[in-house]
Amino acid sequence: MTASSSLTSGTAVEIAALIAAGEVSAVEVTQAHLDRIASDDGALHAFLRVDTDGALASAKAVDDQRAAGESLGPLAGVPLALKDVVVTRGLETTSGSKILVGWIPPYDATITARIKAAGIVILGKTNMDEFAMGSSTENSGFGPSHNPWDLDRIPGGSSGGSSAAVAGGLAPLGIGTDTGGSIRQPAAVTGLVGHKPTYGGVSRYGLIAFSSSLDQAGPFGRTVLDTALLHETIAGHDLSDSTSIPAPVPPVVAAARAGASGDLTGLRVGVVRELGGHGFADGYEPGVLTSVGEAVEVMAGLGAEIVEVSCPHFGYALAAYYLIAPSEASSNLARFDAVRYGLRVGDDGVRGLDEVMALTRQAGFGPEVKRRIMIGTYALSSGYYEAYYGQAQKVRTLISRDFAAAFGAADVLVSPSTPTVAFPLGARTDNPLAMYAADLCTLPASLAGTPAISVPSGLSDGLPVGLQIMAPALADDRCYRVAAAVESALDARRGHPLLHEIPIR
Amino acid sequence: MTTTSEITVDDVTARYDPVIGLETHVELGTMSKMFCGCPTEFGAEPNTQTCPVCLGLPGALPVVNVKAIEYTIRIGLALNATIATWCRFARKNYFYPDMPKDFQISQYDEPLCTDGYLDVMVDSEQFRVEIERVHLEEDTGKSLHVGGATGRIQGADHSLVDYNRAGIPLVEIVTKPIAGTGSLAPVVARAYVTELRELLRGLDVSDVRMEQGSMRCDVNTSLAPKGAAAWGTRTETKNVNSLRSVERAVRSEMIRQSQVLDEGGRIVQETRHFHEDTSSTTSGRSKEEATDYRYFPEPDLVPVAPDPAWVEELRAALPDSPSVKRGRRQAELGLSDDEMSWLVNTGALQLFAETVAAGASAADARKWWLGDLARRANAEDVELAELAITPAQVAGLARLVADGKVNDRLARQVLDGVLAGEGEPEAVVASRGLAVVSDTGALDSAVDNAIADNPEVVAKIRSGKVAAVGVLLGSVMKATRGQADAASVKAMIAQRLGVEL
Ligand SMILES: [Zn+2]
Repeated sequence: MTASSSLTSGTAVEIAALIAAGEVSAVEVTQAHLDRIASDDGALHAFLRVDTDGALASAKAVDDQRAAGESLGPLAGVPLALKDVVVTRGLETTSGSKILVGWIPPYDATITARIKAAGIVILGKTNMDEFAMGSSTENSGFGPSHNPWDLDRIPGGSSGGSSAAVAGGLAPLGIGTDTGGSIRQPAAVTGLVGHKPTYGGVSRYGLIAFSSSLDQAGPFGRTVLDTALLHETIAGHDLSDSTSIPAPVPPVVAAARAGASGDLTGLRVGVVRELGGHGFADGYEPGVLTSVGEAVEVMAGLGAEIVEVSCPHFGYALAAYYLIAPSEASSNLARFDAVRYGLRVGDDGVRGLDEVMALTRQAGFGPEVKRRIMIGTYALSSGYYEAYYGQAQKVRTLISRDFAAAFGAADVLVSPSTPTVAFPLGARTDNPLAMYAADLCTLPASLAGTPAISVPSGLSDGLPVGLQIMAPALADDRCYRVAAAVESALDARRGHPLLHEIPIR
Repeated sequence: MTTTSEITVDDVTARYDPVIGLETHVELGTMSKMFCGCPTEFGAEPNTQTCPVCLGLPGALPVVNVKAIEYTIRIGLALNATIATWCRFARKNYFYPDMPKDFQISQYDEPLCTDGYLDVMVDSEQFRVEIERVHLEEDTGKSLHVGGATGRIQGADHSLVDYNRAGIPLVEIVTKPIAGTGSLAPVVARAYVTELRELLRGLDVSDVRMEQGSMRCDVNTSLAPKGAAAWGTRTETKNVNSLRSVERAVRSEMIRQSQVLDEGGRIVQETRHFHEDTSSTTSGRSKEEATDYRYFPEPDLVPVAPDPAWVEELRAALPDSPSVKRGRRQAELGLSDDEMSWLVNTGALQLFAETVAAGASAADARKWWLGDLARRANAEDVELAELAITPAQVAGLARLVADGKVNDRLARQVLDGVLAGEGEPEAVVASRGLAVVSDTGALDSAVDNAIADNPEVVAKIRSGKVAAVGVLLGSVMKATRGQADAASVKAMIAQRLGVEL
């Protein structure tokens, strides 16, 4: 292994330590990743654009700080892949959509600013399903990303560019956003750790909104600790986001460190029957259920008490989600109207405003986005609102009650992160409902606004499987503690991290 | 359109009962916008008071301006309304370029204030206008449509949008239907808006300038056959942007609707546009084409739940109501009830008070504003405030008369000069040569001549018939071409004849 390849396969903690010790400069680390992107991203298509100059400048700033004897943050100089839904000042941001091509934001998202302030180096903007609508990146306006485990398969979505980048060695850290599972599902199918924070735990200011009441940004990492460190960097109250929670950030890093000792004595783990359990296994791959089952046994071996819990309304989550999210999206996406920024089609001086607006939206939005705008517009229409949006909100309340009851019987809930391993590119593009099923396990926590993490449980047919660990609101640290325990036990049993089994191309 | 000039409101109300309703939009005078920190100053260079939030850039999020909530609650309290303990903002979705997000953050079924009232006086009669709701929303930007005949977006060559106004906090105050006002409906509508404006001014929550658009009215009007149980179909007249227009819009709609109904027609529920120049309305969009706004609770904002203790603090700190203040002022200014209510409803109370403040006596202020100036405003069909004369100039004019520099007749000519833009009263006196004759030599001989020329009249006065002095006075005035001060002339005559006049 060359020095450069060890830099691109290491964990964020390892890389940060090398930089802090002066054994390697942040510029060298960044250059190694830029080189790796140059050689490998042709195949992965993880990035929509690479910010070579900006990344090297940020890295140099970290090196200068270190040279000046200033104290560095725990992730200073570590490169990161940023999902293109996150607004970056001076760097084109499209949210995976042709309608925003050419838009250079005049401001930074709160999390962008926090990432920069931590000395983390943003390598570029990653591919995604257009406006975060999808589970495979196949809805990107710019072509799909590929799974580093098998280039013919999806890297998950909507944050599939970030998962492909982190799993594929192009960046040790990634940022995704999760509206119905868009961090956890890509993490699961690429063998990464990915966490959806408690709703309001991470500022949404500067995330291009898909569904405002569901969107949450969160971290991808190769280890639970890396993921926790990135979580701590981006989380915390933000006055620019009214829905941001004015509470201290849960101690996720401390929990990740504590969990690595592997003791789960006294922890009650609830296995959710409705998510792949007895009588609810339709659509779940046996290999996935087996792998997750083994991880649960590992937890029992670490001292956890395993109980089965029932969440009877989880079965309505998919239907509720596909009314609420499109409804909010239909309104959030109205602003892409050719007037102020982005694409403008048909403005020939003869056509009127309405026509230019329609032509632009027709050309700029992909089919899935159009589908959801139409569903949402319909669901909010006068006379239908109560039957659709109103009912869906009631289901949301019932799902929250299911969680409350389940958390009376268990400290954390577990399930598969997604019912199948990475499916082949193109396998579900003609069947939206099959595509939506990828989010079956992740939707309940999204609707309830509660935290959930996906941690690798093993392989099925050579492809990664994710274990989802769910905790009550603001108990994100619990997700990390349990995930770290599972990770360290499985790594010990395997003798190496799961990612080391990724086929070398 | 049929001509409406020959029909009066009284003709209409002989056959129909009107029901009116008013929706008033008021821009709040907060320092910053509703959901961002941008300043709200009027008249800045286009698009200089904007940021990612009020431009609706992708990713930007709103944060509620607490001062706007406070102002709205104070308005609600002053209107005797109930303040919600929990309410939400809602999105009103429609596409229009002056709305950067293509939705407006407003309130829908959960307004901040509900069920209030405002009492107004018209012709010494009190009307209670019930308030349905007071809610808070954001203003839109301003479009300027260039080219095309109408100034509307249809037919324009291109349009310019200024987003400085986008996101300024806007309060909407909606009345319940106002019935039972009969032929007073137009006046009651105007009196309500006038009173509301006074109330808002007293609360210091808005500069309430209708001409700048910081206060705007939509007026609903319907007619039903006299005595009918059900109300008629209503129209909503937009763009009614002066007090006078409020009254005229109601009047013109009442007359128009009565003609339609008289001819056996049917009133279409629609939006109508008011035209200041012709005082008439034209059809806008009908309800059939109305947008479905697809309201839903704004997910980017948390619910508003004002602390009841805070609301009580705000209630305790409310200023006196306009009617209480007016009572005090009426006493200070020595006005009768009728005079007071006339001044209030013509919006001239402020002019009146400023005239007194500028040094005129209340009697002089009343004489000019309720007399000559009111007649001229009426003749020219403008508001008193629109006359080209300031309260200070009226006070100056009164001072000239009191000082004996001009007499009443000359004073009217001075007034003409001021209104014609010839400058301050003193300057008009000088330029028009209107000063009373103060050359004592000339005046002395005019008086002496008058006495010498009229021995019979002098004898009458000396015998006690003092009214006969008018003849001598007239003679002196004639000789001085009217430019003598009557009081001085009278005194001179009295002195010469040795009588008391
Ligand atoms: Zn702003």
